[in-house]
Amino acid sequence: MSNEATRREPKRQTFWERNRKSHGMLLKRTAGQGAVSVIRGLLLFGLCFMIIQPLLMKLSISLMTEGDLYDTTVTLLPRHLTWANYELAASPTILNYWKSLFNTFWISLSTAILQVAACTLTGYGFARFDFPLKKFWFACVILVIIIPPQTISTSLYMYFSSFDIFGVIRAVSGRTLNLRNSFTPYALMCATCMGLKDGLYIFMIRQYFKGIPVSLEEAAYVDGCGAFHTFWKVMLPDAVPIMTSCFLFAFVWQWTDRFYTNNFLRGFSTLSGNLPGIQQRLNQLKSTTGQSLQVSITRVQQMISTGVIMTIVPLLILYVFAQRGFVESLSTSGLKD
Amino acid sequence: MSMTQHGKKPMTIRTRRAITGYLFILPFILGFLVFMVRPLLNSFYMSFCDVNPNGLTMEWSGMANYKYALFADPEYNRLLTEEISRMVINTLATLVLSFVVAVILNGKFKGRTLARAIFFLPVIFSAGVLLGLDSNMLGIEAQNTLMSGISDAVNESGGVNLTESLQAMLRASGIGTRAFQVVFDIIDSVYDIVIASGIQIIVFLSGMQNIPASLYEAAHVEGCSGWESFWKITFPMVSPLLLVNAIYTIIDFFTKSNNRVMEKISEIMYANYKFGVASAMSWIYFGVSILMIGAASLIITLGVKNVE
Repeated sequence: MSNEATRREPKRQTFWERNRKSHGMLLKRTAGQGAVSVIRGLLLFGLCFMIIQPLLMKLSISLMTEGDLYDTTVTLLPRHLTWANYELAASPTILNYWKSLFNTFWISLSTAILQVAACTLTGYGFARFDFPLKKFWFACVILVIIIPPQTISTSLYMYFSSFDIFGVIRAVSGRTLNLRNSFTPYALMCATCMGLKDGLYIFMIRQYFKGIPVSLEEAAYVDGCGAFHTFWKVMLPDAVPIMTSCFLFAFVWQWTDRFYTNNFLRGFSTLSGNLPGIQQRLNQLKSTTGQSLQVSITRVQQMISTGVIMTIVPLLILYVFAQRGFVESLSTSGLKD
Repeated sequence: MSMTQHGKKPMTIRTRRAITGYLFILPFILGFLVFMVRPLLNSFYMSFCDVNPNGLTMEWSGMANYKYALFADPEYNRLLTEEISRMVINTLATLVLSFVVAVILNGKFKGRTLARAIFFLPVIFSAGVLLGLDSNMLGIEAQNTLMSGISDAVNESGGVNLTESLQAMLRASGIGTRAFQVVFDIIDSVYDIVIASGIQIIVFLSGMQNIPASLYEAAHVEGCSGWESFWKITFPMVSPLLLVNAIYTIIDFFTKSNNRVMEKISEIMYANYKFGVASAMSWIYFGVSILMIGAASLIITLGVKNVE
């Protein structure tokens, strides 16, 4: 340090000289800063490690052969690297990976688009218009956030098995529809702001619109633009960040969701829907090959780890490319009132 | 326009705006009425009925389901109180942790972007849902993957479990066990807390970044130390966000599907087909969660007022 300082500027004093002049304050400050960054580094490393470790563990387990699992000398890294687990998991008997991936993808994509469209309209309505009972309806939005979806799942389930809109369908076709295994009911729910976490999106989008100055819209109104036209031409381009953010959240949360998938999308082979059934299917597979013993818990865990890794890899890729989209608008909308 | 031509009274701008507003929120109103109010009323009614799962016929049975849920069911009572106390502890811990992490991430250092990305990672993976899968679905002892992984490794290498031996030591020394139990609970669930605090960290962080730098400069000129300006500027400016975060955390905790009460409810519903009892249980649970959110917002609002 002293070398460098003297080389550049001969007049400059060394660290210790400066320290003496400041009566030891310089040393104290430098040491304090050093200590802070060491503690910060340790803390952050520990916490980050804690988040990453289960993923690394799953990755490592998924690459082990079955023999490695029972070998007590193998703890962290696989001794015999193998892709066999991935191949088995991808096969139609276990996860039916490619088909499930495709299904999960289009379901997540279409529901996310529907959700964002509906929530943007609603959020804009709450942010910009005054109408009677506005407070009441907004309280309903809050209620939607608070109510655990489990509370209503049974009745929704029953409702969809004999679906009818105010008796219209029965009047036309003579019987109610069974929509239990179709995509329609869930799509309808998403298009009407009742999908996964939609209350939250409405809230976030409303906050965002409230933060945009009104002057632009007023200018548009003065120029004779109608309300919907203004919304479409003036406000939507401004709302792209929050819409991207909500879209990404809707997409990834739908991707990993088990609850709605189990209740409304049973007819489709999806990744999150197939994961919990792995144990059963492994046992079936074993019994067809003539062995009657149950598959060991460790082996089941391994296959689940493999499945989880296969499920989240697409999300990880998405996150790497769209990280800004997730976080940026959260910080601009601030989520605060 | 046509109305004015026919000589009728034109709509005021206000009415027109109100109608447009209703058109905008129409999707929500429709969805709320069809997919929320109706099933809610249905489930509320069901909670007072004896539901026959075969024909789905209902017979009025008064408070019987509620009585069963609260007094006869061997687990529900215990699970409910356990979840509530866990919720209180976890919420406090989440708030403290996310605040501390946000303060750290707000500073300038190398690798800040990476650290931020990692802390947000569990939100993307809904880590609670996916990583909790193995322990929950298979009826293995409910331990999180990290801790079980580490303790397995420690046990296999012939050592002893660190936390457990520490706990045993402290218990043996006779220091107030109850207080320590809470601390140990937090330590045991530290993983759950960290993976559940991604959003809260971002909210605090954005709050901190919205504080104008001029405030800090003024404080610095007046001779305020970093510690002082943290408590006099950062904390009061961010404290309104405490409420948002607390409510978010509580709701998140209550609506998580790997919550044990939730599991109990779905077990009763789908494994035992006792729809009435399950509805009663979810209504009790819902009532409790509303109470908790109300209590939290009351306490925090009063607290924030005191700070200001």
